Amino acid sequence: MSQGIDVTNESIYYGQHKAVENVNVHINPRSVTALIGPSGCGKSTFLRSLNRMHEVIAGAYVEGEVRIDGEDIYAPGIDPVDVRGHVGMVFQRPNPFPTMSIADNVLAGIRLNNKKMKKSEADEVVERSLRGANLWEEVKDRLDRPGSSLSGGQQQRLCIARATAVQPDVLLMDEPCSALDPISTLAIEDLMTELKSTYTIVIVTHNMQQAARVSQMTGFFNIDGAGQPGHLVEFADTETIFSNPSEKATEDYVSGRFG
Amino acid sequence: MSESVVVEKEVDSPGPNIFRTGVRHLPRWAPWAVGAASALASLGIFRGSAGTSNIVGMTSVALLIYVAAMMILSRNYEGRRNSTDRLATTLIGGSFLLAVVPLLSLLYTVLVSGFDVMSLSFLNHTTEGMTLEGAIPGAGHAIVGTLEVTFSTALIAIPLGIFTAIYLVEYNGGWLAKVITFLVDIMTGIPSIVAGLFAAAMLPVLLGNPGYRSGFMGAVALVVLMTPLVVRNTEEMLRLVSNELREAAYALGVTKSRTIVKVVLRTALPGIVSGCVIATARIIGESAPLLITAGSTDYYNFSLFNDRVMTLPVFVYNQYVAGNFPLAWGGALVLVLLVLILNLIAKLIAHWFAPKGQ
Amino acid sequence: MDSPEKTEGVLEQKKQAPGDTKGPRKAVRGRGDAAFAGVAKGAGIIIIVLLGAVTFFLVSQSYPAFIASNETIQSEVGFTRGMSFWQFAGAALFGTVLSALIALCVATPFAIGIALFISHYAPRRFAGALGYVIDLLAAIPSVVFGLWGMHTLEPVIRPIFAWISDVLTPVMEWWVTSVPGMGYMADHFEWWPLTPDLVHFVPPARNILMGGLVLAIMILPIITSLCREVFLQTPKLQEEAALGLGATRWEMIRMTVLPIGRSGIVSAAMLGLGRALGETMALLMVLSAGLSVNFSLMSPGQHSTIASQIALNWPEAQAGLERQFLIGLGLLLFILTFVVNFAARRVMARYSEFSGANA
Repeated sequence: MSQGIDVTNESIYYGQHKAVENVNVHINPRSVTALIGPSGCGKSTFLRSLNRMHEVIAGAYVEGEVRIDGEDIYAPGIDPVDVRGHVGMVFQRPNPFPTMSIADNVLAGIRLNNKKMKKSEADEVVERSLRGANLWEEVKDRLDRPGSSLSGGQQQRLCIARATAVQPDVLLMDEPCSALDPISTLAIEDLMTELKSTYTIVIVTHNMQQAARVSQMTGFFNIDGAGQPGHLVEFADTETIFSNPSEKATEDYVSGRFG
Repeated sequence: MSESVVVEKEVDSPGPNIFRTGVRHLPRWAPWAVGAASALASLGIFRGSAGTSNIVGMTSVALLIYVAAMMILSRNYEGRRNSTDRLATTLIGGSFLLAVVPLLSLLYTVLVSGFDVMSLSFLNHTTEGMTLEGAIPGAGHAIVGTLEVTFSTALIAIPLGIFTAIYLVEYNGGWLAKVITFLVDIMTGIPSIVAGLFAAAMLPVLLGNPGYRSGFMGAVALVVLMTPLVVRNTEEMLRLVSNELREAAYALGVTKSRTIVKVVLRTALPGIVSGCVIATARIIGESAPLLITAGSTDYYNFSLFNDRVMTLPVFVYNQYVAGNFPLAWGGALVLVLLVLILNLIAKLIAHWFAPKGQ
Repeated sequence: MDSPEKTEGVLEQKKQAPGDTKGPRKAVRGRGDAAFAGVAKGAGIIIIVLLGAVTFFLVSQSYPAFIASNETIQSEVGFTRGMSFWQFAGAALFGTVLSALIALCVATPFAIGIALFISHYAPRRFAGALGYVIDLLAAIPSVVFGLWGMHTLEPVIRPIFAWISDVLTPVMEWWVTSVPGMGYMADHFEWWPLTPDLVHFVPPARNILMGGLVLAIMILPIITSLCREVFLQTPKLQEEAALGLGATRWEMIRMTVLPIGRSGIVSAAMLGLGRALGETMALLMVLSAGLSVNFSLMSPGQHSTIASQIALNWPEAQAGLERQFLIGLGLLLFILTFVVNFAARRVMARYSEFSGANA
């Protein structure tokens, strides 16, 4: 993964309603890019368009191009299932599969393509992924316990392990810490800093301090009024956005005047 | 998607075409083409011969060929995962179609065969003297009997059920409510013939007449079957009414009974009425309990408490046993029409009279 | 929601409530109130009395049959053809359970498929209409099902049975002659299933397999609608987790919908079983009754169910031991369906706790 993500003139529609308008952005590979903005401004929708998850809702479609490492993921003939295998996602609330054990959760994505994995291979993948998510030490003795038996923060790290097990190129995180306590949040933020050396991470967050802590580049989304489409107002390196933004709306938002 | 698991992640080298992994999809017209081909192949096997058994065979073979051909085609062209997904879609969609077929066949047969025998005489006459020359038998006595028995059942079961539901939902009943709920649960599971046995066991003993048969006896059995349906549905509708509504009334100083009647019931009424109509539609088709309580007869009987009463379901059964299929279908048509109309009325009531904004 | 005018009218009828001190929102009590509450409570008590009466009469009017000696039964109860109460009941019970199990095995896979179709495959707009179509099946009276089953379905099924019989009978005959011990079991034990009679078809199709098929169509709607509710309650978050990993639709269903809904499916199937056990008319009209305990699935005149035996024999039964015999059979059936339904509800209760959904 060397070229990053290139979004050109992307607009996202839900049926007749235009949710996001004309986004142009380049996301650097192997870095953390944060997307901030008030509620309902389309940042989650945009994030989901990067792995075609918005198509889960009937009638959703996209105009424009999204190129991951040079490949347009919306080209005709490209299967969303395929895209999602290369672009992992971590959700707002931890969602390990309740009927599967911790080990099975980690292996869930891999097993889709690789039904007959040798036990040694599987164990290796489990350990590698859980170590990568900073969870191995805490759960290595109870890998066959159900995924839901962990605490919130541990569950979210399990979801990260599950997402990274298939070794995607990109990791999308949709407000991953919003349901967690501050200690777990910090743990996940540390994790993100480690993971960025391997994965390209795009994170949507409501927490501006979090964006300032973890990201190298930040994008500010805004919405002009109710019913209007959201759009990307400004995109620059994190320090600039928070100390010296060029748009007034950005400055108003990061200084807390609205949002 | 690569098949190997542990891949060395190469840093800073141009990735392979990660999305062009040879996963293709069959064109949209492929299933139709394969379907047509399977049908032709099956026709060829059976050489177009007619007859029910051959049609059945032809259809089954065509289906099997279709599924097999699609699977092979899909597996080779689309890959394992997509072919499994397609197989699942085919089987799941197919199971729905397979469920619709009996329903359509049944409705069609009832309509066509019943219509053949339908006439004013059918609705008017009875089966009295039907073996005589020139007699035109009918189901009039069965229709009247069904209406008698159903009406008296509903008359008892609906108030009983509604008030029980009110007690369970609106009043804090403690252990009594728990017992009642448990018993209602049991009642929903009573087999219909057992309900009939109960009435057939109890009433002759109570009345001291071992040979007692009547429409009322049938109604008693049906009350046991209908009441739990009314209780359950009414409970559900009452619970749907938001508590804020009740509290607002209490805060204004309205008595509890007034609140229940004027506020809660008023709001839940369309759902409750609709549920009662559906419950009526359910028991109107019950035959087993009526077989052994109201029995059967060839005459009109307008008395609910004396002597046997013929009802539509029992009429259909009797004519079937006697081999008079046209009459059986006629009775079946009337019965099915009654049931469908009642269901339609229930749906309309729930739809039109639903409180606005809920 | 009630309009302001309505609550004002209600306000005018506010009664004084002396002694009502339990907080501002407690209901005000009045004289009419106590009467109303009494009526409601009375209705509940009538339910208790009613069910008590059911139990009492079923038991009291049947126990002579339970305690009567075999000789008494044989002399006084005409239709038992020499069997004792428990022999007769056992044979009828066998038929009841066998037909219900056949129905369950046939209906459940279809029910799951149809429920999945409505919940996850069909376009949202049609889901309600499709559910309604399936529910229509539930509204059709069972006597009409029996009529249709014998008139329309039977001629269609007959060639299929004949084909199965032609293909499998030689297989079973080979089995009985070649596999050691099988022939001995088949010859000496009537109840041994693995015989050629298992698959041998004797027309017309008035046999228990046919009965099971008609029964399956009848219990299909109830299992389907329960499964549909269960599948619709699968948390969206789990489904998105599976899709996010790159699962196809079927893989997502296999990873989340089905495992999470497992106990719901079991409970739905058990409720369907309870329904099938209590069904009378369809089997009364399909089966040519018999009292054998064997697995001759496609032979007529072999089996019958408790419900159909009661319905067949009651019209001619004399007051006295004959009726008591039949009531005793009914009591057994009642207990059986009660146990099955009770177990089904326990499974359902545990499922809703487990998945956190409000049942």
